[in-house]
Amino acid sequence: MGLLTEVSWSPYAVGIAIGVLSWLSFLILKKPLSCSTSFASTSGMIERLFRGKKVEQKPYYQRIGLKIDWQWMLVLGITIGSLISALLSGDFALKWVPALWLLAFGDTPLLRLVVATVGGIFMGFGARWADGCTSGHGISGTLQLAVSSWISDFLLHRRYPDGAAHFQSDWIGGG
Amino acid sequence: MSRKRITAKENNLSPLAWGLAFGIVFGFLLQKGGVTKYDVILGQLLLTDFTVLKIILSAVVTGMLGIYLMKSLGWVKLQPKSGSVGMNVIGGLIFGVGFAVLGYCPGTIAGAIGNGFLDALVGGVIGIWIGAGLFAAMYPKLRNGILTIGDYGDVTVPRLLKVNDWFVVIPAATLIIIVLYWLERAGL
Repeated sequence: MGLLTEVSWSPYAVGIAIGVLSWLSFLILKKPLSCSTSFASTSGMIERLFRGKKVEQKPYYQRIGLKIDWQWMLVLGITIGSLISALLSGDFALKWVPALWLLAFGDTPLLRLVVATVGGIFMGFGARWADGCTSGHGISGTLQLAVSSWISDFLLHRRYPDGAAHFQSDWIGGG
Repeated sequence: MSRKRITAKENNLSPLAWGLAFGIVFGFLLQKGGVTKYDVILGQLLLTDFTVLKIILSAVVTGMLGIYLMKSLGWVKLQPKSGSVGMNVIGGLIFGVGFAVLGYCPGTIAGAIGNGFLDALVGGVIGIWIGAGLFAAMYPKLRNGILTIGDYGDVTVPRLLKVNDWFVVIPAATLIIIVLYWLERAGL
């Protein structure tokens, strides 16, 4: 039980275990680990609630299918697994604003929620455009040496230093 | 007849159950790694905390060696994604902007919710749904246009270079291990 109640593990141990999980996913599900498509199918399912069956006719939803599949369950499982881990270690806490954000912008939830929503819109749009995210391209595609994923990685990871440097100088004041 | 139906039903159920089980393990690991937290992800983007890179590179090197070994043994088939310059370059850049602003990615945001971060649930997830919905609305105009520019299909680096897989796997794995070693040596 000692290991499971620790707040954090070595990043190398975590990474190696995720690598082993990717072997099992290929062996058992015959699929690479990936997450972002299920956000698109959920978005389509929510839209279907309001606008009815015609939403299913959209070409993109025809392509990905509006149903609860293994990947949807994987994402649900991530929330449950993270909750179990955080509860076991006492690391669970309900927070509107992350600590680093609080230092830069204060503790008003509204500003953080607006910015998180805007960031989410870019991310949801970009993940569909590139057909993958940090899991599908960043881990699963990279480990298969897929050209599509290596190019996506290079660009989305290239963005960080620039984007983060701006973020730092503009918002956190070079801190 | 009824027997057949039951088997079919079980076959449908099992990917969902496996997906859930893998997700629980994945989420547990992400939380233990600290990447369900905005501060850790932003720390990577600001180059002050290299946890994210260490986890991704360890996962890639472990995954790559195992998957290519199992491929050599005929146990698994690769499933590389198709892509194009128009898809991966532009999409990667848009995603990167979202990543820096949101501070979670689609996998870790699910973990952030489990960790108690309400900005992930109320802000981020709704944003990702809106972004994905916008893309679905624009898709008919994009799919035969910009997304096809510079198409290279589902090629992998070894196939592109027309060499044996291991001529790429071994140098790539070595390079990743050197980077990880260097990160540790540099105290990052």
